[in-house]
This record gives sequence, structure tokens and C-alpha cells, in this order.
Amino acid sequence: MLATVKTAPSWLVSAAFGLFERPMLALQKMTGAQRIAWVFLLPNLVIFSLFTFLPIALNGVYATTGSDRILLGERPFVGLDNFSSLLACQNYLQPNSCERDIFWRAVHNTGYFVVVQVGLMVLFSLLTALILNRNIPLRGFFRGVFFYPVLLSPVVVALIWKWILQRFGVLNAGLEGLGMPTVNWLVEADWAFFWIVFVSIWAHMGFYTLILLAGLQAIPADVYEAAEMDGASRWRVFSRITMPLLVPTMVVVVVLSLIRAVQAFDEIFVLTGGGPGSATLLLLQYIYETGFAFRPQLFGVAAAASMLMAAVLLVLTLIQLRAARSRAEG
Amino acid sequence: MSLSFLTRTRGRGRFDLADWLTWAYLVLALLLMFGPVLWVALSSFKTEAALQEYPPTFLPLAPQTVMVEGYDEPLQLFRVTAGEHEGKVLAQIRRIGLMSQMVDPADPAQKFQVNINDRVPEREFALATENYSVLFDRFNFGLYFWNSVFITVVATIITVLFNSMAAFALSKYKFRGRTLVFVLIVATLMIPPTVNLVPIYLVVSQIGLVNSPWGVIWPAVATPTGVFLLRQYMLTIPDDLLDAARMDHASEWKVYWRIVLPLSAPALAVLVIFSVMWRWNEFLWPLIVLNRSEQFTLQLALNSFQGDLQTSWAPLLGMTVLTLLPITIVFAVLQKYITTGIAQSGVK
Repeated sequence: MLATVKTAPSWLVSAAFGLFERPMLALQKMTGAQRIAWVFLLPNLVIFSLFTFLPIALNGVYATTGSDRILLGERPFVGLDNFSSLLACQNYLQPNSCERDIFWRAVHNTGYFVVVQVGLMVLFSLLTALILNRNIPLRGFFRGVFFYPVLLSPVVVALIWKWILQRFGVLNAGLEGLGMPTVNWLVEADWAFFWIVFVSIWAHMGFYTLILLAGLQAIPADVYEAAEMDGASRWRVFSRITMPLLVPTMVVVVVLSLIRAVQAFDEIFVLTGGGPGSATLLLLQYIYETGFAFRPQLFGVAAAASMLMAAVLLVLTLIQLRAARSRAEG
Repeated sequence: MSLSFLTRTRGRGRFDLADWLTWAYLVLALLLMFGPVLWVALSSFKTEAALQEYPPTFLPLAPQTVMVEGYDEPLQLFRVTAGEHEGKVLAQIRRIGLMSQMVDPADPAQKFQVNINDRVPEREFALATENYSVLFDRFNFGLYFWNSVFITVVATIITVLFNSMAAFALSKYKFRGRTLVFVLIVATLMIPPTVNLVPIYLVVSQIGLVNSPWGVIWPAVATPTGVFLLRQYMLTIPDDLLDAARMDHASEWKVYWRIVLPLSAPALAVLVIFSVMWRWNEFLWPLIVLNRSEQFTLQLALNSFQGDLQTSWAPLLGMTVLTLLPITIVFAVLQKYITTGIAQSGVK
């Protein structure tokens, strides 16, 4: 904006804001100088009510009604049927035994994805942040290197990797050149899963690295100097000083990446489409397909499934708020 | 130029194991982070035929041609790999069955017969631009680009305006219900739009915004992140400044846009960067709301092309590069602001 304000013709900005001058003054005369605050709040509150508060309330209505109609008046009340059909399962560890087996397949995949992806994400972001925190030349440049993929759109990220991983792609060509066997990466279930984890880490690692780096740089230098005077080994400095002081930042990173991983969709949808079969199908894709992509559109089931997802996210967010508070308090 | 900075260490004067590992990691990361993007960019300049090639060549190459005296058309160059003319570089006049009639470009009088299996085409570095031109001729790229730009710019303007107005009200006025409103807004951070897709779709469809860019723009212009970010920043602006302006009979609106907004420029900049990033890259919601291809954003167009059974990579690669280009340029210019902005606010 700094740049925009300077480059945009200022008369244009003035004219645009000046346009509201008279009506706002008239409103101010009506409301008084204090209650004009509500006028400033109004646009935001209208949008919030329409697209956030109202939908939160309506989600429960959808979850307890059936049919493929979007209008609430045309939807018969079904009680908790949507939930019970989602939860009907002989053995929760075997998706095949469930009434909505695809949903449970998605739950399993998401659980597995969340654990593996978040674990590796935190590990690699921490390693990268520690390395970038060393006194290396071109540090700003390298920070940018890791951060660049974060800005790319998920669709672009997926297409970049799809081009590399395709049957006759550069990765297979390279392996063949080294005399190693080639793999149809996105067609074999286990490899497809590996690659959705890899690509999502590749795309988002820079963001968490940045947060951890900020956390590392907030550790006062004199603590390290004191340790050096005492002749502490590098490992000892890391385990006794760096890690304990970094714990609050780590918690934020873990919870943020958990919240994101539970809602993972974009890159994976474009990269594998949930396939092969349903090997990489995650929860949000199930919700999207149930409610919007497939016919009949099961809005009730989709809403019920998203409420279950919301419950998980709510717990995670509450943990995050606590962690953020303890970080703020230092 | 001195290259000694490359071996600079932490003052201990020697390049130890930790330094070697650090540099190995960084170089590997450089390849892994930029390599894929570079590979797609290089690939996008290859011809359709070259893209089919396996194993692929690193650089985009095109068959080399040469003008030979006595021939109207340029002739393709080949290197002969076997037989009596082995090692010569010859131009092909015509192909007859398995034999190729060739001529020495240096001495056009001499003609040779070479088995087509005994020659390989000579190739040179050449950027094929048809993957880009075809986007404009056949794929409506201009339209998708415009749709994306429209949504990004309009949504960002509205986001900044609405959020800064709300933040102004929440930071500079004392009124009953202020805390409640603030808590309500921030609390919605806990319920991301992804869990309310169905009812948001109902609202959008009832207002009649399905298949309209406004159906993508409106639902997300009131971001709790934006309100929070701006409010925290505006709290640091001293109220005395505002009171002084009021003494001079400035209206509240004037106080807002003449005093508070310019002073909030750093926070506004962060929000602008976020909003542009969110909107340009947005995928799931447009996928739900926009079903007609003439409304597609770049992301949707890319997705629909790759979803075809026979993925046609040539135009897709060109489109991928053009889609990542604006973000790449913005990043190259604003790298420092973006990384510090995100590190400080902890949002993305």
C-alpha cells in the first residue's frame, strides 16, 4: 500500500474518498460523533452476518435435513440421520465395514496425512530455520528461496509436480539414466500418498520456517554468549537453550500446520484428484464432492461431515489461542 | 571481486563440518525449490514434438536448418553417424524411403545418399513461443486473466476499505458493545469458511451471485485477520492527533481517511499483500461458485485443462508459467516486505 499510495494518482484516491464526505457528514449529524462508529462497522457486519454468522447457524439446519434441495423450505427434517449414516460402522479401523465407506476412507487418509505431514513439516522447517539462523552470507536470499513456493497458487504447484512426476517425466528419465527402475508415481497408491505429503511440504514449508526463524531471532544473544563462555558444546547449547526457548513458537507452528493439514485440499485435488481410487482422498474433498461435484448433491451429509471437521478444528484453534497467549506473555 | 565471503565462518577461521553441511543443505534446497519451476519454464518453450520426447532434453532445442545455394527452402541439418560419410554435417534435400538424399552445405555440388538410421538431426537452442501464442488464439487466456485480475483487484480494494473502517471504529471509539463485536469477529477465525460451504452457497445462490465474480468477491471481503491486524496497528496511533483534527471541524469520515488511513500504511500494505495472494490463488470457493467457463479464473481454467482425459501439456505449461509470473515478479520486488510482514503477523 505504501507503494500504491505513492504511485496511484492521489487525486483519484482523494476523489473516491471525498465522494463519501457529504453522506457521511449527514449521517454523523443524525447519529452523533460517537455512534457514527456503528456506521463504520456496518459494511463489515453485514458481510459477516450474511456470509459467516448466518451460515454457521444454517449449517446445523442442513445437517439435520435431507434431500438434494438447496432451499431450506423444501428440505424434510431427518433428525440425526445424516450423522448416524456417517458414523454407522462395524469397525472404525476398516472403512469397508462402514455405511459411508468413502467418508471413512477420507477420515483415515486425513488422519494419516495430518500425522505424517505435520511431523515432517515441523522437522524440516525447524532444520531450515536453524540453518538460516546461522551467520551465513546471502541469508535474505536463501530465506526467499524457501519462501517462494508459499506464494505460488496451489493449482500451479500441483501442475509443476504433475509435469515432473508423470509417467514420461523428468524424474523417471533421470532414474532411468542412473539405471534405476522407473515408477508411475501418481498411479501407485503408496507413492501417490508420498507425493501429496512431499508436495504439500514443499509448498508450505517456507511459511513455518519464517515463523520459527523469527522465534529463533527473538532469543537474546547474551544467553548464547554466556553459554560460549562456559564452554558448552553445540549440542548442549541447542538442547538446553535453543529448544526450551523455542517451545512456544513450536507449539504455534504445530497447531497452525495441524489446522491447515486437516483442511488440505487444493494441491492434492489437482495433483491426484484423490486417486488412484480413493488412496489420496482427504476429508475436504469428500465434503466438496458430496455437496457439490456429485449428483445427487447430498447437502445434508456434506454439512454433517463438515460439522465433524469443524469440531476437530475448534479444538485445535483453542489450543492455538492458548499457545499464542503464552507466546505473547513470553 | 573477492569471493572470500563464500568461505566466511563464524569467526573461528576454519570451514568446519557444520559449514559444509549447511552449504550442502542450502545448495540442495536451491535446486529443489527453484528447480521444478525452472524446469516447467524451460519446458514451456519446447514444441509439442519436443515435449513428447523421452528422455527429455534439458534446454528447448529445435532442428537446425540452413539455406543452401540452389534451394528455395531452408534444409534441415543432420550429423551422419555411420557409413562412409561418418562425422559429416549434411543438409537433407529429400527423403526417399529409407534413404535420404543429402548435400554438403559448404559444397552444394556434392550430393550423398545416406541411410536414415545413420543420421541424427542437428539441433540448436531455440525458444518455441507457440505454447504462449496459442493461449491467446485458442484458449481465451486473456479472458481468464482478466477475470482473475478483476476479482483480485476489486476484492482487495473492498477488503481494505471495509476492514479499515471496522478497525477504525473498533480502535478509535468507545461505545457499548465494542468488545462484543470485536470478540465476535475474531472468534470467527475458529470457524474457517471450509466448514460452512453448503450454507454459504445457499446465501450466494439466493442473492443470485452463482456464476458471477461477485459471488467469489463478497463472501470473503470481511476477513477477521484484516480487522484484527489493522485494529492492533491503529491502537498505536495517538488519539490526540484525531482530536486536533476534530477541533478544526474535520468530520469523522475525514479523520478516518485523512489521518488514520495514511498513518496505518504499513499495516495496510501487509493486508494488501495478503489479500492479493489469497484472491489470486483462491481455488475451492471459485470452483464451487463459478461453473461456466467464461467466468473461470486462471486457477479454474488451469484445473479444467489438466482435468481433460488427454492432458495437452503444451498450452498447459505456457499457462502455468503465465499464472505464476505475476506472483513471481511481485515477490522479487517486495520479498523483504512480504517475509517480514508474514513473520510479524503470523498469518498467511
